[in-house]
Amino acid sequence: MGFLSYLINGISLGSVYAIIALGYTMVYGIAKMLNFAHGDVIMIGAYVVLTAITGGINPLVAVLISMVVCTVLGMTIEKVAYKPLRNAASPLAVLITAIGISYLLQNIALIVFGAAPKSFPDFIKVPALKLAGGELVISGVAMVTIGACVVIVVALTFFVNRTKQGRAMKAVSEDKGAAQLMGINVNATISLTFAIGSALAAIAGVLLCAAYPSVTPYTGAMPGIKAFTAAVFGGIGSIPGAMIGGILLGVIEIFGKAYISSQVADAIVFSVLIIVLLVKPTGLFGKNIQEKV
Amino acid sequence: MAMLEVKDLDVYYGVIQALKGATFEVDKGEIVALIGANGAGKTTILHTVTGLIPPKRGEIIFEGKDITKIPAHRIVERGIAHVPEGRRVFADLNVYENLKMGAYTRKDKHEIAESLESVYERFPRLKERLTQRAGTLSGGEQQMLAMGRALMSKPKMIVMDEPSMGLSPIFVNEIFKIIEDVKAAGTTVLLVEQNAKKALSIADRAYVLETGSVVMSGKADQLLNDDGIKKAYLGE
Repeated sequence: MGFLSYLINGISLGSVYAIIALGYTMVYGIAKMLNFAHGDVIMIGAYVVLTAITGGINPLVAVLISMVVCTVLGMTIEKVAYKPLRNAASPLAVLITAIGISYLLQNIALIVFGAAPKSFPDFIKVPALKLAGGELVISGVAMVTIGACVVIVVALTFFVNRTKQGRAMKAVSEDKGAAQLMGINVNATISLTFAIGSALAAIAGVLLCAAYPSVTPYTGAMPGIKAFTAAVFGGIGSIPGAMIGGILLGVIEIFGKAYISSQVADAIVFSVLIIVLLVKPTGLFGKNIQEKV
Repeated sequence: MAMLEVKDLDVYYGVIQALKGATFEVDKGEIVALIGANGAGKTTILHTVTGLIPPKRGEIIFEGKDITKIPAHRIVERGIAHVPEGRRVFADLNVYENLKMGAYTRKDKHEIAESLESVYERFPRLKERLTQRAGTLSGGEQQMLAMGRALMSKPKMIVMDEPSMGLSPIFVNEIFKIIEDVKAAGTTVLLVEQNAKKALSIADRAYVLETGSVVMSGKADQLLNDDGIKKAYLGE
């Protein structure tokens, strides 16, 4: 039963990576930039939930508040820090700015919340599922996390393919100029993408801290990097790619920890990424850039 | 009064001046061609008219209203559709989705369905390929899709940038035939073309551009027989 429970843990951790990776991949797809501050938005989301719950607010309401805060934060970052650099001569300008925003958020959290880890309340009260006569136990947090990931991926896929705003996103991701000629407001579309990505980051923050119940100003950094890896692994820009990439990454990490060594688990994760990219440089679901013209 | 009046347009790319006092007008129901060598500013004019590039000086008046400062995404609802150079269809979307994208600013489902039918009628080839990804179409088919997509906004005026570029002679003839049909159906056309001979043969009037300014204008058939034009642009 060890194998199965590791697998479920891996899928659960991978679901968190997937939810973060979706934000990375959508922003990359539409704004063609890597938002390295995305991981730190997760951390802010976790602190907001923590503060709200400590203040006696209903946990579900706390999560909603956190989503609103992160959405506003994400849109503000885009408008203030990234948008003015959208037509900069070098794409590095916005990348470096994103790294700067990442440090800014971490240091703001250091000032406001301090460096000491704060323990995260255990508020997901879903009973664990016991299977095979109690030998296989699936925790409530794992079930909620996997369920949330599935719902989010289905909803996003529907949104992108079936709604007007979603189709506008696809058009903007392919050709901003042509999209404008169709009457699509490119700035508003990019802003909406940041809003969605940041709201997802808030959810990811809650799920991450429910599974690993402590928050520090650096909580978002490593999961952010891993989710970015997952997005590249799955093929950056692709929604199913982000999900599959995230889940595979989580499973590889947990198996690495369980069967090889918990010290080198991260090294294994990144080695797999390197191998995948050597074999298929566009990632698992990446599209071939060659088009017939 | 002209449908589109462009007055004294100055446009810069950084320090390079692409348009120098470009002035011309288009009347309702006409096909007007802009001809000139590479770098004369033809594409820049179209991009400025549809708001993709802001001019430094000058005015663009459409149906009596100043549209100079209107952003590109608000131009289409004023009634101007732009078929860009190189087609720029959405390669990952299928033909149907591309056409629907052309009607992005329209609300009335019934009217959109009517426009779709009329596009299918004009481009039967597109109707056969509705679920095919636009990136896999041939160049000529992509050009038809780009035109169909522009027509889906039900424009009063359509601006076309090099519609014949890179197409086989059969497609070139077909595209020019379609442009004439579009005019016959009541849509005004502003056409930029390298193929000056073809452009002048279907246009009512034309303007000749050199280094960002209009150097000559007149009725298309007169320009077609002008010795200077023949020498410089028609290869005779």
